[in-house]
Amino acid sequence: MGEVKKVDLTAIMPYGDTMNDGKVQMSFSLPVPQGPEANEAAKQLMSKMGLKDPAVVYSKDLGIGYTFFVAYGSATQTVDYTKIVVPKVDTDVMDMHGCEEYIAEHIKRPVVIVGACTGTDAHTVGIDAIMNMKGYAGHFGLERYEGVEAYNLGSQVPNEELLAKAIELKADAILSSQVVTQKDVHIPNLSQLVELCEAEGVRDKIILCCGGPRISHELAKELGYDAGFGPGTYADDVASFVIQEMVKRKLV
Amino acid sequence: MKINIDQKLVDESRDAARKIAQSVQGFIDEQTTTATERTILRLFKIDGVDEFDTPYPNIVVDNILQGGGLGEGAAFWIGNAMLETGKTPQEIAVAVSKGEIDLTKLPLRKDKEIRDAIQPIAEATTEFIWNNRKKRDDYLSRIGEGDRPYLYLIVATGNIYEDIVQAKAAAAQGADIIAVIRTTGQSLLDYVPYGATTEGFGGTYATQENFRLMREALDEASEKNGKYVRLCNYCSGLCMPEIAAMGALTRLDVMLNDALYGILFRDINMQRTIVDQYFSRLINGFAGVIINTGEDNYLTTADAFEEAHTVLASQMMNEQFALMAGLPEEQMGLGHAFEMDPKMKNGFLYELAQAQMARQIFPKAPLKYMPPTKFMTGDIFMGQVQDAMFNLVSIMTGQGLQLLGMMTEAIHTPHISDRMIAVENAQYIFNNCKDLGNDLEIKPGGIMEQRAGDVLQKARDLLVQIEKEGLFSTIEQGKFGGVKRSREGGKGLGGVVAKGEHYFNPFIELMLRR
Repeated sequence: MGEVKKVDLTAIMPYGDTMNDGKVQMSFSLPVPQGPEANEAAKQLMSKMGLKDPAVVYSKDLGIGYTFFVAYGSATQTVDYTKIVVPKVDTDVMDMHGCEEYIAEHIKRPVVIVGACTGTDAHTVGIDAIMNMKGYAGHFGLERYEGVEAYNLGSQVPNEELLAKAIELKADAILSSQVVTQKDVHIPNLSQLVELCEAEGVRDKIILCCGGPRISHELAKELGYDAGFGPGTYADDVASFVIQEMVKRKLV
Repeated sequence: MKINIDQKLVDESRDAARKIAQSVQGFIDEQTTTATERTILRLFKIDGVDEFDTPYPNIVVDNILQGGGLGEGAAFWIGNAMLETGKTPQEIAVAVSKGEIDLTKLPLRKDKEIRDAIQPIAEATTEFIWNNRKKRDDYLSRIGEGDRPYLYLIVATGNIYEDIVQAKAAAAQGADIIAVIRTTGQSLLDYVPYGATTEGFGGTYATQENFRLMREALDEASEKNGKYVRLCNYCSGLCMPEIAAMGALTRLDVMLNDALYGILFRDINMQRTIVDQYFSRLINGFAGVIINTGEDNYLTTADAFEEAHTVLASQMMNEQFALMAGLPEEQMGLGHAFEMDPKMKNGFLYELAQAQMARQIFPKAPLKYMPPTKFMTGDIFMGQVQDAMFNLVSIMTGQGLQLLGMMTEAIHTPHISDRMIAVENAQYIFNNCKDLGNDLEIKPGGIMEQRAGDVLQKARDLLVQIEKEGLFSTIEQGKFGGVKRSREGGKGLGGVVAKGEHYFNPFIELMLRR
């Protein structure tokens, strides 16, 4: 018996139960009736996606002459993992107490953070998770942080109103939350806030962050934000970034 | 399955809720709103838009408002104009939009004459809506309906014609209720858009034509699949009663319609919402529409375990507000939700206890049970298990309307296959565990009984406190959903007007009479 094959990080591929088996699990629907022709169509489509040995393991009629498939295939392409660079929020993440100590030591005054779910978006679950006292999944929200004055303006706040409030409160940071991203409705809305900040001449005085389930740091940077917070990030991530960025940019 | 709860606490809670609703009813009876008056115009069959897409009901109400006459009510001014000009309400609306008539500047007829002119028009619409109700009853007796809990599915493409494709698929897959999600932001529009629409974000505009198109498609699907499929939309926001009227005219079957939701979650002024909800519920009650209340939302913003009592307290108040508007218990889809953190030890027992408690406290109400959303992460496999646990609670406790959880919650609006997977999940569990609840007994003094007792006690205490302090000040203090709203704040306060001496709304009497 030989040893288990080691991973080659310059050419990785999906792992099912054996190195480099390339196994991919997928499900999708096609607008054709269930039957052998539908299965064949699904397999051909997977071949065209570059998967070899496509197999439809389950199919189901969706009620209007469409079919749902569960299928497996093997990838044929590899990726060089050693060459990958992903822009990330590259500050150290501190917990709440760490942030509080950092503020006391380096900033020595309350940090004002204003957040809202902006534009037409009415889904406050994200901004609430970051800002409200209770927080989310065991991570307290910004309202609970000693040394942070957090203002959650709620849902459907126009960008103009958010910025006006931020200026009024002399905010150090603005958080814009976007949950509804159907048809990319969040892109022009997020861009508008950046433009407004520039027009008001406050862009360099305010740390601008956005967040939501479809937001990445890369997208945020592209749109002109200082940082973007996607799924699995909490108040600690946001607070750590804001306070360290304040010090870095000498906004204390 | 029965959970032992203290009936005395239930009675005290209900009593406090009744007094809260009564104390606000006095305020409601003395006010009207722009939305309420536009609703009356819609019920006079005034429809359509001018060349700037402004709906005629808005044009007429604005004309009356500018003339300082809104307190007398739209029925008064339209009746007067009918007598003066010999035109129909629709013709009057068009003439107002062209600047040919200024309603408050016309010579005034006597109240009695005006009321007599309006009465036949109001009776005709009331009869039309009653016939819609009969048509639904005919369908239900002829082709039947699904078992409860009704499988409630959502479509949300933004395009009504694409919604119809999705809705027909959902009906074929087994849906009992199709809800067309509204486009984000519509709740804050102070008018209802017109015509069939194909552009929306996260949902589709609620328009009368969209309602009609979807109801027509679902009638076809109902015939084809051999069971009546109900249609649901959103009777909320700044146009709450107008949407009730549109739904009544097009035979919608279910409406989200909460007395407090708009105040807390859309920052609509509390005076405006409280007045608007009354007429909207009157219409929904008369039209045989099952309303859904929005208590589930408290648990998405606040903690589902700690704030469970606010759900019960709000259900109690929603029940009383609905009863005041003549809406029977059988049409009250009081809301609650399965939203506790899945990592919580014994969380399932708490959910089960609360669902059973709600079932017993509101025995006739078709309770609306909402699926997990807050702790859905994008892990679709785990999500499917969470939805299964939710379905299990529902079948064990006899919920009425089951808003099916989607394993792709928090990722996208449902794909066609997501719905099928959700239906199969529910059908499997509902069939497999059909009589489980009947065969079990809840252990006296156990975790579940303890939990129900705690929630009920806290709900009772909160209701007694609200009764003392008043509903408006309780909301001002942020007791619901952790959201604070001020009495004069929020959107739409400008549309609230005190009733004048000539005021009448012919539909209140006609609809309460049946």
